Amino acid sequence: MGERTEIRLSGSGGQGLILAGIILAEAAILDGKNAVQSQSYGPEARGGASRAEVIISDSPIDYPKVMQPDILLTLTEEAFVKYKDNIKSNGIIIIDSSIRKSEPPVKIVSLPIIETANKSVGKVIVANIVSLGALIAVTKIVSKKSIEEAVMDRVPKGTEELNRKALYAGFELGEFQQKQYKNK
Amino acid sequence: MNSKAILMQGNEACVEGAIAAGMRFYAGYPITPSTEIAELSAEKLPKVGGKFIQMEDEIASMGAVIGASLAGLKAMTATSGPGFSLKQENIGFACLTEVPCVIVNVQRGGPSTGLPTLPAQGDVMQARWGTHGDHPIIVVSPSYVKEVYELTIRAFNLSEKYRVPCILLMDEVVAHMREKVELPDPSSIKIINRKKPDPTIKEYEPYKDCDGDGIPPMANFGEGIPFHVTGLIHDITGFPSTSATVTEALITRLMKKIYDNLDDILDYESIFTNDADTVIISFGSTARSVMRAVQIMRREGQKIGMLRLKTIWPFAHRAIQELSSQVKNLIVAEMNFGQLVEMVKASAEGRFYVAGINKFNGELIAPNEIISRTREVRSRA
Repeated sequence: MGERTEIRLSGSGGQGLILAGIILAEAAILDGKNAVQSQSYGPEARGGASRAEVIISDSPIDYPKVMQPDILLTLTEEAFVKYKDNIKSNGIIIIDSSIRKSEPPVKIVSLPIIETANKSVGKVIVANIVSLGALIAVTKIVSKKSIEEAVMDRVPKGTEELNRKALYAGFELGEFQQKQYKNK
Repeated sequence: MNSKAILMQGNEACVEGAIAAGMRFYAGYPITPSTEIAELSAEKLPKVGGKFIQMEDEIASMGAVIGASLAGLKAMTATSGPGFSLKQENIGFACLTEVPCVIVNVQRGGPSTGLPTLPAQGDVMQARWGTHGDHPIIVVSPSYVKEVYELTIRAFNLSEKYRVPCILLMDEVVAHMREKVELPDPSSIKIINRKKPDPTIKEYEPYKDCDGDGIPPMANFGEGIPFHVTGLIHDITGFPSTSATVTEALITRLMKKIYDNLDDILDYESIFTNDADTVIISFGSTARSVMRAVQIMRREGQKIGMLRLKTIWPFAHRAIQELSSQVKNLIVAEMNFGQLVEMVKASAEGRFYVAGINKFNGELIAPNEIISRTREVRSRA
């Protein structure tokens, strides 16, 4: 992954992607790495495009924004269309399976993230945590142990089990996909 | 606070630093992108025996901060954009009455309500000259979350030491980003408290320079030593005067207590300047883009250095003047139409070619923009 890995999480406001970014950065710190998390948002609290950025590095991080992501996660078609072309040539895009793929510029992994959150886990609001599980299973950017610890530290009291279930469902989604990819 | 590495937001580090420095009073009117400072102060101050007040507006907030400081508490307010404009009159009052206080301005796009959620560095000149008349002020600007913590403490220390308002000039990027920090052990932090008069003093002259350092000892209101505080020009008793001698002596002392102590107040970082032909000057989050750009250009063998100002005001003329003669170009990178660059030009006195990299569209200057502008400046005929 090189010394500096740039990750962009994008979707619509209210999907919890900024929290997912914070959790991912905290997991990287638990792994002993440097991390910076930032976000861009408009005046609205929900709806509208939302973007969280995380940079993970073994060395100190100077420029704090993503220049060209190594990893792009998108949960909405709007975000996919907006960001799909700005990605490193060896980068990877993880998208929700509800998004219609167009002209994949790089490797695209399409996973039923929102459906899994909704049906298997039982609450669509944990799509952000399912996303994190899937992203980590596919990219191994942080350890599973650290992400679990970071999720448990950040989610509201009383929702730990729901979120753990969501994280594991995400791991499974990503790992299943990786196996299939290797078998091809 | 243990020394474990944690992910912390810039605004959060500001509150942690303020409390570590001894802040026990906060008055403010929340405004994006500084709101987390008010939120966290409201949560944390009562736990350390402090007070938080949300006032009706920024003008009253600044007034409350001055009142609390006169009563002996270390006080802070935080604001942004239009709120910083509203505070200016009372900041001037604090400058003339020599009331220590810290004002945080998280810069956002302006003018007016401008771009509330987006970064800018357009208040450089306002931080120095936003309030009217000749007055001293100290302005510090952090680039990293850890540095937000350190410079907030420093802002309180300088403010207490010199009895002057100190402005922590942040920008939206450094205020809202989260990054890995390890906070120091509180017992290792140097805290400075204002000088107080001898409590048995018979006749307290509140504005008398009794120690010869230009900084009169300051009594706390409510502790039995009453004195008069006015925004009018005043003599050593604190009462108004229109005497030319008194006026000249007061303004001179106010300026000298700052400008005679530049060794203590100025703070800047020079990186790769020894053999550089071009030095890029910046501050705040822009300095991080410059750092990236400089490292990329150094890897290509180009002789580029950088100068990062942590104290913005007083301006560090000496940092420019002490640059060696092999430096040909100075480039000032700032998220505004060109403000600090004018000070650099004044310092350069024609010795260096001075150019700017300016961006004022709500986006952080990117490293590649710095690289291409640097190339342009170095290859000019």
